[in-house]
Amino acid sequence: MTTPIIETRELHKWYSGVHALKGVSLKVESGEAVGLVGDNGAGKSTLINILSGLHHQDSGDVLVEGRPADIRSPKDAMRLGIETIYQYNSMVPLMTISRNVFIGREPLKWSIWGIGILDERKMREESVKAIADVDLHLRSPDALVGELSGGQRQGVAIARAMHFKSKVMILDEPTNHLSVKETAKVIGFVKGLKAQGVTSIFISHNMHHVFACCNRIVAMALGKVVLDKPAAETSIEEVSALL
Amino acid sequence: MRRLVKLAMQKPELASAMLLLLLVVLFQFRSDGVFLSVNNVRGFLGLLPETALVAVGVTLLMISGEFDLSVGSVFALMPMTMAVLVVAGWPFWVAVMLGLMLCALIGFLNGWLTIRFDIPSFITTLGMLFMARSLTVVISGGFPPRIKPGEVPSWIFVGFVDEGGLIRASVLWFIGIAIGMSLLLSRTNFGNWVRATGGFLPAAAAMGIPTGKVKIACFMICSVLAGFAGMIQSLRLNSFLPSLGEGMELQAVAAAVIGGTSLYGGVGSIIGGLIGAILIRVIDNGMVMSQVDGNWFKFAIGALTIFAVVGNAWLRRRGRAMKVETDK
Repeated sequence: MTTPIIETRELHKWYSGVHALKGVSLKVESGEAVGLVGDNGAGKSTLINILSGLHHQDSGDVLVEGRPADIRSPKDAMRLGIETIYQYNSMVPLMTISRNVFIGREPLKWSIWGIGILDERKMREESVKAIADVDLHLRSPDALVGELSGGQRQGVAIARAMHFKSKVMILDEPTNHLSVKETAKVIGFVKGLKAQGVTSIFISHNMHHVFACCNRIVAMALGKVVLDKPAAETSIEEVSALL
Repeated sequence: MRRLVKLAMQKPELASAMLLLLLVVLFQFRSDGVFLSVNNVRGFLGLLPETALVAVGVTLLMISGEFDLSVGSVFALMPMTMAVLVVAGWPFWVAVMLGLMLCALIGFLNGWLTIRFDIPSFITTLGMLFMARSLTVVISGGFPPRIKPGEVPSWIFVGFVDEGGLIRASVLWFIGIAIGMSLLLSRTNFGNWVRATGGFLPAAAAMGIPTGKVKIACFMICSVLAGFAGMIQSLRLNSFLPSLGEGMELQAVAAAVIGGTSLYGGVGSIIGGLIGAILIRVIDNGMVMSQVDGNWFKFAIGALTIFAVVGNAWLRRRGRAMKVETDK
């Protein structure tokens, strides 16, 4: 058996007295598209926040490609190749597409102590290319992200993660608040990830969305994993009954 | 063409610039040509860098999503500290450096307290407004320190640089700093972080930007600029008063807002803050020159501030509503 790209062992997390994660052990193999489902408060977001560096577990281990990983910040997670796309969008609406693509990882012409002049031409060119690579066609990298539709924004976020060669992409409810057409687009993006060998963890309330693009289903309830099966061997009915 | 109009409508500083031009013409006409006379412009250019530097710092800080009410007090504290040190026998440049470092420390405290305890910067800096003002009075010992003209090389900051005695060194300092700040905001990764932090904090944090440090840096820049501006004013007047810069904090905010900076952060530009500051000075000076009762000055600034915010919001909405295709 190959080394899982992400493995968690007995993760526990308390939030001000609430036991949000009660020993979650999970293995995600390279190239998989894992659908993580569960009701509100089931612990999905807590698990994701630990993997993406926003929070830290109280006990238990995270292993990335078989090595113990101490993920203390979003930067740490990104360095390990884990990129998260959030429900409320990880973009600043009042900034341009090219600036958003490179937030926090700007290419610089030169710098002193990490502060320097932006290479704006490179930012423009590479963001156009990155966006085209996920089959999204936008006219200009100088358009404000706030002018894009919800689906287009998620597309840009995915393009950004692809550009930085992420190995694992966590999509936290990316289809919330999207129209049917836009949702189909986002599901298309996720299917595209699998084709490119990127591992993805897709979190959603909506079983139909998860079953449409994932090959493995993990269900959580009350801070525990209650089901972990290949998508082909389970059904929406079975999963729903457990939640 | 539509794209250009849309762009122009979404740039609020453009409207302010137009208003500025209009007012200059109006005041020139109403004052029978006195407004743009050499003597008046000299006075105008003496005061402008001082208030505009404060506005530049406040604008930067507001774009990062925070607020500083203590700039007026810091404006007085820095020159007072410097003057007291000089009188006590310290070398001028050491005194200047220590004064600016004190400003940086105040900015750091403003930022650190705001971030660490997650309180509104309105409160932190309101507290600092009182504390810094009080410190200014305390260290002056009740008597403003006296520095004899020529005792310190104040010409480096406020000496006239041209033959006609029109432009002071402070104007050059100000232009240099304003260009520097503008480039910092628009051309560097730090500027990108400032905009992202003020524009949408959760996204900035999720993308690994050290949002707390970015804000603290902006607080520090804001304080240092305010102190530097206060020093220039004190050296120009050659008097070090504990009451210097009172009411300046709100004028600086007004300047930033008039220039299109949003109170919610993420929106604005240095040039906008500058235009706002110039507008306020033009109105102040122009009203006097046109022999309007000077007591109307605050009324005019207040009305303009409200008008600017309402007008900018309207322009931005209209601008955004203008459909330009983003899809191919």
